[in-house]
Formats: sequence, structure tokens, C-alpha cells
Amino acid sequence: MANRRSEIIAACVFVAPFIVIYGWMFVWPTIQMFRLSVTDAPLIGAGAYIGLSNYTKLLADPVFRTAINNTIYFVILTVVPGTAVALLIALMVSRLNGWLQSMILALFFLPFILPVSVVFVIWNWLTNVQFGILQGVIEPIMGRPINVWRTLPWFMPGVAIITIWWTNGFSILLFLAGLRNIPKDLYEAASLDGATRWQMFTRITWPLIWPITVLCLTIQLILQLKIFDQVYLFGQGGRTRSTMVMVQYIYEKAFINNQGGLAAAAAVVLFVFVAVMSVLQFQLLRMRGYR
Amino acid sequence: MTTVATRSATEMSRPARRFGIGRILLTLLTLIAAAIWFLPIYWAIVTSLRSDADTVREFTLLPSSPTISGYIYGITNSQLPVWYLNSTITSVVITVVAVLVSAMTGYAISQLRFPGRNLLWWTILASFMIPVPALIVNHFVIIADVKLLNTHAGIILPMLLTPVTVIVYKGFFDGLPREYREAAVMDGANPYQLFYRVFLPMNWGVTTAMAIITFIGAWNSFLWPFLVAQNVQMMTVAVGITTVQDAFGVAYGRVLAGAVMASLPVALAYLLFQRRVTQAIALSAGIKG
Repeated sequence: MANRRSEIIAACVFVAPFIVIYGWMFVWPTIQMFRLSVTDAPLIGAGAYIGLSNYTKLLADPVFRTAINNTIYFVILTVVPGTAVALLIALMVSRLNGWLQSMILALFFLPFILPVSVVFVIWNWLTNVQFGILQGVIEPIMGRPINVWRTLPWFMPGVAIITIWWTNGFSILLFLAGLRNIPKDLYEAASLDGATRWQMFTRITWPLIWPITVLCLTIQLILQLKIFDQVYLFGQGGRTRSTMVMVQYIYEKAFINNQGGLAAAAAVVLFVFVAVMSVLQFQLLRMRGYR
Repeated sequence: MTTVATRSATEMSRPARRFGIGRILLTLLTLIAAAIWFLPIYWAIVTSLRSDADTVREFTLLPSSPTISGYIYGITNSQLPVWYLNSTITSVVITVVAVLVSAMTGYAISQLRFPGRNLLWWTILASFMIPVPALIVNHFVIIADVKLLNTHAGIILPMLLTPVTVIVYKGFFDGLPREYREAAVMDGANPYQLFYRVFLPMNWGVTTAMAIITFIGAWNSFLWPFLVAQNVQMMTVAVGITTVQDAFGVAYGRVLAGAVMASLPVALAYLLFQRRVTQAIALSAGIKG
């Protein structure tokens, strides 16, 4: 019995720091977010209970609708195209061997480890309307240089392309791990049966890589719903009301307009969006036997 | 490795005509694609080595007269050294604390029986599902309440949430063969010794991998440090370099030199520990648990 008690004491010691941190930085702020969302509180300070009027205010706010639309637009522009590009790159890289493979993989992966601000600085330079080398591609096609970050139809696709460039390393690695796990003798058998490359891809690679594809899609979906950094940085000084995304709306309401309650309500909406997607992802992970 | 052997066997068994020229073309295409993918980084590095005048008139692949004046200007005319220090302090503390706390929690949930264990596990899974950006408002209120705005502790605290690391550790500790544990218990080891003599040393690889990826994540984080450290003296590198754009004028060489310096630690961490980074990413996505 003494043993049982010492085990419980040990467990308390081991989980105590976790409980302090997660209680303070996760459970408490989550509860507070819901509570704040039904008050008219400023960012710092108390507010009165106002029921659901923050939520009705959100629904009526055209900027919030723009933020939701832009977020969804951004998800559409990045998730499926990005995953497709990652699969293509992984297929190309997986053909290579040894040092050549590591080197090429490193070139494709490096953007992923850069801070977002560096990504911003690099691409802001590449797209600079006067001296950016990308204008060398844009000008011949459009007939004139384009200020990508001040031209509304170009903004979201521009940020999407950069985001794919930046975050794709993650999916590439997952796809490569998946491709390595496909038994080589399957291809051998298929080639003995006279299968073409395309047949091998559609009949062997694609079905066997499908679980990884689903995994990449869900991870990307959750990640891109939380888009803020890139949109904020590229949109600085521009018409942010038109390029607004959900996290940015929370940020502006709380930190610029000093409307903590309204910001919290917007946060709850984002929370619901992401939580639904995450439950979906969790179920997928469970199906893969990972708990 | 064995894959090389099986692969060459596969190649021999296939008809030769399908390879040769098509194969070379595909490899060439891969190389070109990789070069294009890397070009933005390359161009940033090259530009950072040009003089102010050259950045706007020279479009060659190599700088005609390379100079590090942009770097020197960045170090001497901005708070870059201070930002570097801030980033280093916060990232190292976050890495050490988050990994240690995650390992301890993973160990307790995996190996010890105690009341509330399931509740704890569900809290972890729940926190994994919650979008941290949704909590920024309340994080800010909490940190302001305890007067930690513009402090290292204020930057660090909300970034200690790394539920994925706990999940990864639990998976590894679950997978450790029972015999190790039993042998150690027979030798009279208590739960604490079991943790730091058996479970932790047997999973050094995981710890290294998770530490590197946590460090990279902490160094690169933007939104929270951007909100909590508004005093120039308290900024991290990732936030700081976005503020020099105006201060430096249109001198892109200087701005890009700052960007290169900001990415140096994480780029090095990746290049030195490439395999560990790959492993950490696979682990955090739930592959090979």
C-alpha cells in the first residue's frame, strides 16, 4: 500500500509543472475567452454582461464577413494546391539517392525553418515594384510591373504562393516517409507484369500514399485557418479592411480598437472552426492507431 | 543501405528503354525545380552582400564587389544584438522547460497510476486541438495582470504549451519493453530514478529531436512576441527585423543582411541536425509512433 501511495506522490511531482503551466496558460484563458465574449469589456479591465450581442455584432460586421471569406479563400488557395505540389516534389526527390537526395531535399526544405518575418523580407524584395527580380516575370505577362501587395486581386494568391513555398517542407517530409514505406517488391512485381509508370502510380503509389495525403491535408487545413503573420506583414500600410483574415480581426479588435469582448467573440468563432477540424484530424490519427 | 540494393535490382529487372534519357531528363527537371525553389533564399543572400548602390542596379548571380557593410550596418545601427540576446534567452528557456515538462508528464501518464490520469490525458488532447491564436487576447490580459508585459517571462509563458511533445513522449514511453522497467524496479529503483536513469536516457534521440524542433519554433514565433514585447529593447529577432525596414530606408542590402542574420541559428540547427528535424516532424505528425 505504501508503494501505491508513493506512486501517486511521484505522479503529482511529475505532473505538477504541467498542471501549473496548462492550467494558467491554457485552461484559464480558454474559460476567460468564453466569459469575455459575452461582455463589453475593453482589452484591459472589466465589462458588463451583454449576452450574445457581440456575436450579433460580428454577424452584422461586413469586415468580419470579409475576414471569414478571406480565410476560407486562403485555405482553398493553399491546402489542396500545396499538398499536390508537396507530393510532386516528394515523388521527384524520392527517385534520387544518397547525398544528391539529401542535398536536393535540403533545398526544398530550407524555407520551412525560416522565421515568417524573413520570408516576408525576402519576398518583399523579390516582388519590389522597381527592382524585384520577379517583376522580370510579371512585366512580360502583364505588360507592366505590378505592385503585388497593393493590388487586391493579387494579394491573397500572392500570400498563398509564398505560404506554399514556406510551409511545404513539412508535407514533403511526410510524403517522403510514406513513399519509403511502400515495399519495393510491389513495383518489381508490377514492372514484371509490364505495368507503365502511370499505372504504377495510380495502382500502387496513390492508394498507399492516400493516408499520408489525408494527414497532410488536415494538418494544412488547421494551420492555414490560423493565418495571420504573412497577411499582416504584407498588408501593412495597405487596405487591411479588404485583406483581413480571422486572426487579424481578433488582433485589430483587441489591440487597436480596444474591444476585448468583441475580439473574444471572434476568437470563439475561430476556436469552433479549428476545433471541428481538429476533432476530424484526431479521429484520423486514431484510425491510424496512434493515440 | 538495403533500399539501394533492392532498388538497383528493381532497375535491372525493368526493360532498359524506359530509363536512360527519360531518367536523366527527370533528374534534371528535379534539379531545376530545386534551384528555382531555393532561388529566393539565394537571391536574399546575394543581395545582402551587395553595396546599397549595387542592390538596385546589379542583377547578376554573383555580386561583382561583395561587401559585408550591410551586416555591419545592421549590427551597429539597430538593436539586433539585443534582439539576438532576447531570442536566445527565450528560445533556450522555452526549449528546456517545454521538453522537460513534456517528458515528465508523458512519463507520469504512461507509467504511473494516479487519480485524474485520464482527465489529464484528455486535457492534453484538447489543448492540441485549440488554436493558440484564439487565446492571444486572454494571454495578453493574464500577462498584463501579473505585470509581465515586455519581459522575457511574458514572452516565454504562453509558448510553453507543446502538447504534441507530451503525446510523442507518452507514445515512446508506452513502447519501451516492460523488462527494462521490471529490471530497474527489482534493483530497487523508485519512480524518479526510473525516469532519469531508464526512460530519459533510453530516449535521447526523441529528446534531441523534440528539443531542436521546439527551439526552431520558439526562435521563429511571431504573433505572440510581437504582441507582448512592444518595447524595442525587448523584441525578439523575428519581430525586430520587421521594424528596421523603415529605419534603414530603401536599403535592401541592409534589410536582407538582417534577415540572413535572423535565420542563421535556425538554419544551422537544421543543417547540423537534419535527420533529427526530419524525425521530429514525422513524430509530431503521428508517423512512426
